[in-house]
Amino acid sequence: MHPTDFTLSGALAALNEGAISAEELTRANVAAVEALNPKLNAFITTTSEQALDAARASDARRKRGEAGPLEGIPLAIKDLFCTEGVRTTAASKILGNFIPPYESTVTAQLKRDGAVFLGKANLDEFAMGSSNLTSAYGGVLNPWQRKNDPSARLVPGGSSGGSAAAVAARMALGATGTDTGGSIRQPAAFCGITGIKPTYGRCSRFGIVAFASSLDQAGPFARTVEDCAILLRSMAGHDPKDSTSAAQPVPDFAAACGRSVKGLRIGVPREYRLDGMPAEIEKLWRQGLDWLRDAGAEIVDISLPHTKYALPTYYIVAPAEASSNLARYDGVRFGLRVVEKDSDLRDLYERTRAEGFGAEVRRRIMIGTYVLSAGYYDAYYLKAQKIRALIARDFDEAWQKVDAIVTPATPSAAFAEGENTDDPVKMYLNDVFTVTANLAGLPGLALPTGLDHQGLPLGLQVVGRAFDEETVFAVGAALERAADFKAVPAMRAGA
Amino acid sequence: MSLDTATVRRVAALARLRLEEQDVARVQGELNGILGWIEQLQAVNTDGVEPMAGGTPGGVAAMPMRDDVVTDGGKAEAVLANAPDREGEYFGVPKVVE
Repeated sequence: MHPTDFTLSGALAALNEGAISAEELTRANVAAVEALNPKLNAFITTTSEQALDAARASDARRKRGEAGPLEGIPLAIKDLFCTEGVRTTAASKILGNFIPPYESTVTAQLKRDGAVFLGKANLDEFAMGSSNLTSAYGGVLNPWQRKNDPSARLVPGGSSGGSAAAVAARMALGATGTDTGGSIRQPAAFCGITGIKPTYGRCSRFGIVAFASSLDQAGPFARTVEDCAILLRSMAGHDPKDSTSAAQPVPDFAAACGRSVKGLRIGVPREYRLDGMPAEIEKLWRQGLDWLRDAGAEIVDISLPHTKYALPTYYIVAPAEASSNLARYDGVRFGLRVVEKDSDLRDLYERTRAEGFGAEVRRRIMIGTYVLSAGYYDAYYLKAQKIRALIARDFDEAWQKVDAIVTPATPSAAFAEGENTDDPVKMYLNDVFTVTANLAGLPGLALPTGLDHQGLPLGLQVVGRAFDEETVFAVGAALERAADFKAVPAMRAGA
Repeated sequence: MSLDTATVRRVAALARLRLEEQDVARVQGELNGILGWIEQLQAVNTDGVEPMAGGTPGGVAAMPMRDDVVTDGGKAEAVLANAPDREGEYFGVPKVVE
């Protein structure tokens, strides 16, 4: 077996038995990155030398009997997590030269547990997008290809498109992502891998470049449900540096993957059955519910009546928070500065921000500034916060009747570059199934369970109660066992 | 609500985004497209609903408190390390006061 084909748990076992060293494993992944990245553009920055040094240090720790829970595991880190001494761009020109003097809490915990970082993964600029095409460093190519049109350049989804493509193409065993409206789950579905957005507050946001602070949440990508569970345990936990990180114990998520779903009540929200939904998505969904029924779960029809208002609500709340968070990029303390000979301070701000931000980021800052401006705050922002409360209440009522909710992850398989770009709203509809979990703060996991007629992966989503990722993992693992998804992308290491 | 060009210019100024004259009409069209789509929210009855602020399940009350003490500091060099322009221990900017 090629070392890049290891699952994360399989690699940990091989490392423990001495069948492979961390250096050998990292070397194989570094080679995969070097071979595939020129085509896929999954990484903005690669840190191969540091990775090999870290792998050797990991082997030494293991020899001393000091192996951590992720000892020697090579990962891709979304370039939204600040990494001390390693350039962090948020895929924006405005942070093109930014070298953080500190480490994000999530990446610090992964390092503490022995992980090795291969580099910084590409994303949509400031995590704003569903295609990875808003990156100032170029789009990412999805490693999967259409059967009857292999030359079509498919997007990996977004915003965490580089992370998902890297894991799917066997460049890394796992990756970090962030999810504000679907930015882990949609790319996971498009790339045929697994990803979870945990409960809001499960992971610290300290050191993650902020997009929309009340929605942003970090989470892992991997090729199995169990591997995501292993990664999440290292990433999660209370952090005094983030007052919204929850003071909740972190359970052994991997153990929950083995739990039976017998007797669990699985909700099927009728509002997620969209007009014009492709028959293959409908079929995938029904198949998933049949598998869970066969495993002893009870399928229950439920209603989440405010679902159709979730996306427009999100497109008030998220831009409003983004316009506030991105005010810090002013050309004074860090990042790009653009001045003309006669610029005053205001002109410096305006030129720096107009040149430093891409079109989608500028658009969202404008929307956010408008909905927060005097005279419109109540009509837009306050109204959206109230509807957000109604969306959260819909879920609270559903949890009286069910233990988890299963839906499609996305309304389609991966689309090609150039599709969905004529109208911003059309692109926003990609997050129709995922955005409700962000608004309500709930955990959501996406995993591949089938292929479409073009041979592209399609995924289901499992949503659970706040801080009940364990049930989400149990249901996800049951679907994974039943689906037995073995398809692999055309472009991958060792192929 | 549809934005006129004066409002588009005013919002860009509030956001400190330089907007070239030839781009005003295009930006106006994009923003009005999004705002028109958002308009459907006005149809939702939200009488008596408390707005949800923040993302913490259980609300702000579920968030932990910490002691009100200084926990960090004394890192002028690290803070200034990425400055586009600096004068000693200060960030440099164009002259603000004549």
